[in-house]
Amino acid sequence: MALWLAGMIRGASYYKKTLISITTRSSRAFASSGARDADKGSFRTPYMASATAFISRRFRSSVAGQQLDHFSSHDDEDKGQVRTLDFPGGRVPYTSEMRFLPGSSENRVECYRVLDDDGYPLSSTPFQHIDKEVAVKMYRGMVTLQAMDTVIYEAQRQGRISFYMTSYGEEAVNLGSAAALSSDDIVLPQYREPGVMLWRGFELQEFVNQFFGNKNDIGKGRQMPTHYGSNKHNVITISAPLATQLPQAVGAAYSIKMDKKDACVVTYFGDGCSSEGDFHASLNFAAVMEVPIVYICRNNGWAISTPVTDQFRSDGIVVKGQAYGIPSIRVDGNDALAVYNAVGAARKVAINEQRPVLVEALTYRVGHHSTSDDSTKYRPIDEIEHWKTARNPVSIFRNWVQRRSWWSDKQESDFRAHIRKQVIHAVQVAEKTEKSPVGSIFCDVYENVPPNLMEQEKLLKETIRRYPQDFPKDVPLGN
Amino acid sequence: MLGILRQKAGGAMGLSSQGLGNHFLSLRPLTPALRNYTSAVKEMTVRDALNSALDEEMAADPNVFVMGEEVGEYQGAYKITKGLLDKYGPERVVDTPITEAGFAGIGVGSAYHGLRPVIEFMTFNFSMQAIDHIINSAAKSNYMSAGQINVPIVFRGPNGPAAGVGAQHSQCYGAWYGSVPGLKVLVPYSSEDARGLLKAAIRDPDPVVFLENELLYGESFPVSAEALDSSFCLPIGKAKIEREGKDITITAFSKMVGYALKAAEILEKEGINAEVINLRSIRPLDRATINASVRKTNRLVTVEEGFPQHGIGAEICASVVEDSFGYLDAPVERIAGADVPTPYAANLERMAFPQIEDIVRAAKRACYRSAPMAATAS
Repeated sequence: MALWLAGMIRGASYYKKTLISITTRSSRAFASSGARDADKGSFRTPYMASATAFISRRFRSSVAGQQLDHFSSHDDEDKGQVRTLDFPGGRVPYTSEMRFLPGSSENRVECYRVLDDDGYPLSSTPFQHIDKEVAVKMYRGMVTLQAMDTVIYEAQRQGRISFYMTSYGEEAVNLGSAAALSSDDIVLPQYREPGVMLWRGFELQEFVNQFFGNKNDIGKGRQMPTHYGSNKHNVITISAPLATQLPQAVGAAYSIKMDKKDACVVTYFGDGCSSEGDFHASLNFAAVMEVPIVYICRNNGWAISTPVTDQFRSDGIVVKGQAYGIPSIRVDGNDALAVYNAVGAARKVAINEQRPVLVEALTYRVGHHSTSDDSTKYRPIDEIEHWKTARNPVSIFRNWVQRRSWWSDKQESDFRAHIRKQVIHAVQVAEKTEKSPVGSIFCDVYENVPPNLMEQEKLLKETIRRYPQDFPKDVPLGN
Repeated sequence: MLGILRQKAGGAMGLSSQGLGNHFLSLRPLTPALRNYTSAVKEMTVRDALNSALDEEMAADPNVFVMGEEVGEYQGAYKITKGLLDKYGPERVVDTPITEAGFAGIGVGSAYHGLRPVIEFMTFNFSMQAIDHIINSAAKSNYMSAGQINVPIVFRGPNGPAAGVGAQHSQCYGAWYGSVPGLKVLVPYSSEDARGLLKAAIRDPDPVVFLENELLYGESFPVSAEALDSSFCLPIGKAKIEREGKDITITAFSKMVGYALKAAEILEKEGINAEVINLRSIRPLDRATINASVRKTNRLVTVEEGFPQHGIGAEICASVVEDSFGYLDAPVERIAGADVPTPYAANLERMAFPQIEDIVRAAKRACYRSAPMAATAS
């Protein structure tokens, strides 16, 4: 659309002589092409005509071209050699056989695992060292998520909060990835990654304050439950529309690149997100702009009620990364160690090579999408039960940790009882805490409160003072 | 709006306005704007004003960068970014693939993390592909994050009808973006506006939608030495009284300010002394300046190229009814684009947008109508 208009407007503008005279090199080439402006082909002509100069001016954007050049052979005529043709973007091998690429390959892309379903290492192949402290912190985080999900889900069912989303079944993706990152890495989450904030030190009480929107909620009671964020923890506030975090992640990564920081951006999304236009825009831009970013897709099988079989016909998400020129890996998302290793390696590539990397974690959403749906209405209970028991990521990891004597049955029961009590306590505290004050309605619309909002705030407070019976009692008026 | 179409038809019959429209379409620099300046005044096109403002702000702050389709190698579809790639390099003048939703989102993300992106839409019509990022992300993030993440971003590009580009490329987004809390919406008219407002937009901590006009890019305006200084900046939310008057207030923005000034010249000859307000800012809207003017003139004509329903004129009218109802001596006249998608054919297109004679007629109606009423009353 934009392409077409460029020609169109330019054509119209030449006619009216409102454009300044064109003096750039590429534009001269453009003019000398002699074709009509609105013609799509000639529009790109200047880029082709000055391809060498153009490419040298962009960071290393000729990488794709260079990759293609590997195919090229300088003696095209020789038999047995790959014969190539020069096209914009690089040399391409050619053939007289007509062959379509298949829509999918016979073998699906394999999935990287470290542990089997009982928590035994799959082979003696050494994997990234993980010490006791990290492993136990990961495990505690997974259990804490489960405890928070259980208590808060119940609180929602009792009508104490309006909404909640559990992370059941995806604890390993949450904590495995969080542990592999540095706290300087900027995270743009979707909404099923509270484990990342937990890992970074966001307190249970802070989570629960957010669910209740009280005056201690650092989000000032503005966002629906589970849509938190914390600047201090380098976690950008969650945005509800799907996939908007993906192009934004490229922007944040671009700023990290400009600052030459030893960090990357990590963004999470689900299988459903990959159908949004933003997903495709993001991957393409990230590859072209060569930014340090780790995409973590939680392919959990279900986008609310839409199964992946109705979501796409490709072999998942991992192949899409490759299509955009992004190194990609598929991991077992229920294997915390595999996630930890893959994300750690992806992070290194992203930072050292200044390029995006994609990790597709295959997992399963054991809970409902949110408290607004009942997933047993659209999927078999047996299926849920299977993933809850046989493939439970928390049990798998616990078996491994316990086998290394880093955790015991006693610690397990003590910690579960303790953490449940803590969550319940946090709920009691949050519930008793005053709600956010009236004034917080008006601040932060802009960096500085403009006069019209000050006036609205003043009028609202006056009205509440005059007619207190018409307003809820639990909202403090403030000054 | 049909009313306006009817009025136009009537006017064409009565006025024999041969060639009037064509003449006014190619507006020349307006002499009345010279009033405030000394003889040493320099002329500058709006294009150069925007270009120099970008250049100066990029020089002043390394966090400022420009991104969009063809802003680099091609120097911008309208040459607003001319010379910037050579000066600041491809890291800060970023050519993008053709995905508005992509680069708008990338801009927002980079603003989350401390950069000050200036996102160019080839025209604002294409911002529709990216509007979710503008409204749901840029405008709301500061509030949603409880002030933790501000979004110092500028979305800029040509807005409103151009000429002969049909329905999908000829509309004003002033009212669209003007209705969104969290955004600031600026609408420059002259070169001074373009420089002062673009600099203000880039320095502002909040997201700014900056609506330019393609047909003004090549127009030259006088600019004072003050406006040429690199420290020059205009306040956001302040309208400018382009021409003082006592009989009727005409509000306008962007290209329509020129039309309103032309209309005021014609009205002057007929003994009507019109005050022309250049809004400069749609959000925040300078209600104080508008209402003070209406309280002085007691009559109001609003002019815009956007659609009439829920338009800028409607908002201004509401503000005057709320704040200065008792001062009005005549119904407010609202002149807007026709309530139809923009037709392509030049004759129909002309009929679909306000012309200078529409403003003249509306102003006369507002004045003449009040005279007999006052006579009857006495």
